[in-house]
Amino acid sequence: MESFSFLLIAVVLTALAFDFTNGFHDTANSMATSIATGALKPRVAVAVAGVLNLAGAFLSTQVASTISNGLVNDSRVSLVMIFAGLVGAILWNLTTWLFGLPSSSSHALFGGLIGAVWVGAGGSAIQFAQVLEKIVVPAIASPILACGVALIATYLAYKITQRTARHRVDRGFRAGQVGSASLVALAHGTNDAQKTMGVITLALISTGFLPHGAQPPWWVVLTAGMAISLGTYVGGWRIIRTMGKGLTDIQPPQGFTAETTATAVILSSSHLGFALSTTQVCTGGILGSGLGRRLAMVRWGVAGRIAVSWVLTLPAAAAVGGVAAWVADQGDLGVAVVAGVAVAAATGFYVLSRRRPVNPDNVNDVPPREHALTGPSAL
Amino acid sequence: MDIRWDNLGEVSLASFGVTIAVVVLFSLAIAAWSRAGGLRGLRGGAAGGGPARVAAGAAVLCFAACLAVAAYGIDLIVPG
Repeated sequence: MESFSFLLIAVVLTALAFDFTNGFHDTANSMATSIATGALKPRVAVAVAGVLNLAGAFLSTQVASTISNGLVNDSRVSLVMIFAGLVGAILWNLTTWLFGLPSSSSHALFGGLIGAVWVGAGGSAIQFAQVLEKIVVPAIASPILACGVALIATYLAYKITQRTARHRVDRGFRAGQVGSASLVALAHGTNDAQKTMGVITLALISTGFLPHGAQPPWWVVLTAGMAISLGTYVGGWRIIRTMGKGLTDIQPPQGFTAETTATAVILSSSHLGFALSTTQVCTGGILGSGLGRRLAMVRWGVAGRIAVSWVLTLPAAAAVGGVAAWVADQGDLGVAVVAGVAVAAATGFYVLSRRRPVNPDNVNDVPPREHALTGPSAL
Repeated sequence: MDIRWDNLGEVSLASFGVTIAVVVLFSLAIAAWSRAGGLRGLRGGAAGGGPARVAAGAAVLCFAACLAVAAYGIDLIVPG
């Protein structure tokens, strides 16, 4: 019983840690463009996003009935595999954060789980057709759809307001952008915090602490909501800079169209039942807003690196999850080793990030590497 | 394997329609509001008289429509 509890505690803590990285990875989705256009001051933006994520977490506590959304055979998933999968997802999230790349936290979580289950229960427990349907197709469709919609919307926004005084146009779009960005943050809270609540609740059910079909207990809702909103508030400034300044130069009308596109695509996808990835939708929207404005510069090198990180997310998280599952399967000591390595790696990533820190004060500078490649963004 | 292409089609159409509608309305609202000279136009002050008042009214209508769409969005996000 004692070893059982140790593992369960490890799973709960790791799930909350994942939730935290999920939050700071995704601050950029809702707030990068608002910060870039000056619609909101950086610290205000992350505070707004944090509060809305917390509100979202409490609004929707209807937990998912499956951990993996059907990607793996849930009856063959053990607590060790959940733990290992979460570790894989956290480490991949931290890697992409260090490089300032917006990658999907859900894809990292599913990747970690797939790797852990593959090692722990064999390849037959993976539903490969589901992986294609629920990960690969949406991953290709999301950015293309959002990019196309944002491109046309941006073109129209500039066309309609071309005879209007610039400062009035900018002020109007900045105000509107705060509204659409807030909707993205709220929607994020209702979706993503709920994912962690689901993982913890299912772990509690599988160990008999909760009856089958139980709703998450209040402390799970509270801690999951706190973890994601704290993560959002801490703000993944590196990713915010890539999305707000690295990909393209964003003016207020573009910020408005990018966020409006993101809101519309995310809400219609969740409402009409074709799950799309928030991160990929938001990135596609920003790219489209760059392509839709004449003379705007799109840095294709940055877009290419982001695309590579998307392709790598699932296999990379799966590889880490698989190794972690193999080690953690050796008993409590194995679990402790995996946890220790994960904490050490996370500390290492943090120390590396301090060598070239990105914070609220320099988040609106064009990343040095891009600056060197393309010169000052005078266009 | 069954990829629900029709659902993806619906999502694409809906997102396209809603985004374009909101962006066009909001842009028109900003353009009209600017032409009306802001609040002065709404009050029909000395700035432009009748046309300014019409422009201000149009702007308010467009902004209200955008707000309505946003309210519907919140309604979709909040379950129950």
